[in-house]
Amino acid sequence: MSLMQIFDIAGSGMSAQSLRLNTTASNMANANSAASSADQTFRARHPVFAPMFNDAMSDVFNGAAGAPSSGVRVAAIVEDGRPLQPRFEPGHPLANEEGFVYYPNVDIVEEMTNMISSSRAFQLNVDVMTAARTMMQRVMSLGQA
Amino acid sequence: MSISFSKALGVHEQALVLRTQRTALLANNIANASTPGYKARDIDFQAMLSEASASDTRNVDVLKTNARHIGGSSLSTQTDALYRVPTQASLDGNTVDEQIENAAFARNAIEHQASFQFLNSKFTGLMKALRGE
Repeated sequence: MSLMQIFDIAGSGMSAQSLRLNTTASNMANANSAASSADQTFRARHPVFAPMFNDAMSDVFNGAAGAPSSGVRVAAIVEDGRPLQPRFEPGHPLANEEGFVYYPNVDIVEEMTNMISSSRAFQLNVDVMTAARTMMQRVMSLGQA
Repeated sequence: MSISFSKALGVHEQALVLRTQRTALLANNIANASTPGYKARDIDFQAMLSEASASDTRNVDVLKTNARHIGGSSLSTQTDALYRVPTQASLDGNTVDEQIENAAFARNAIEHQASFQFLNSKFTGLMKALRGE
C-alpha cells in the first residue's frame, strides 16, 4: 500500500531535517568555543543526505509497486574542512605561547540560512504527512454511503 | 448475469491507485529536497492511466510454471517513473524544486479526492441498485 509508504518517506525526511537542525544548533552553540591548539578546536559539522533506495526484491514480495526510492537518510556527518580562525589575543586564558587563540570555522550566516532551510523543509514534510493522513482516512470510508 | 467490477467501476479504480502511487513519488521528492545529486521523479499520468485501463495489458501477469515463482505486478510506477526536467538545477546536482513539487503534491491530493469521489459514487450507485429501494 503506497499511502502507508508516504508516512515512512515523510518521517525519514523529518528525521533527516531535524538532524540537520541539530548539527546547526550544535555549530552555533560552539561558534565561539576557543581552544589553544588547532586540533582541540571545534570544527563545524554538516550532515550529508542520500536517497534511501528500496531493496530490489521488496516490491516483488509486497505485490504493490512503490516509489523508486523511499525516503532520505543521513549518509554521514562530515567536518568542515575550511581553516580555523587563529586570533591574536594574548590576554585570553587559553592563549598559547605566541599569544594565539583558535576559534572554530563556523560560519554563522551559513548556519542561519541552513536553519531556515531545514525548518522549511521539515514543515513541508509535516504537510505531506498531514495530506497523506487525510487521503488515507478518506480511502478508509470507501463504500460507506 | 454477473456484475463485472472492472466494468462497473470504470477507470476510477486504476486512477485512484495511480494517484496514490504518484503521491508517494512526490512525497519522496519533497523528502529529498536537500539531497545532493537527487533527481526529482514523476509519472506521466495520462500514459500510465491509458496503459493501466487498456483491457489487454491490464491483466497481463508473468507466466508461472512453478509454485515457487514470484508473480509480477502489471501496474508499476517503479520502471515508468520519469525524471523531471529542471528549470534551475542546483550546483550539487539536485533537481527538486520545492515550489513545483509542493504545487504538484497539492494538485495530486485534490485529484486523488476527485478520483475517490467518483469511485465512491460508483459504489453507492451499485448499492442502491442492489437494494432496489
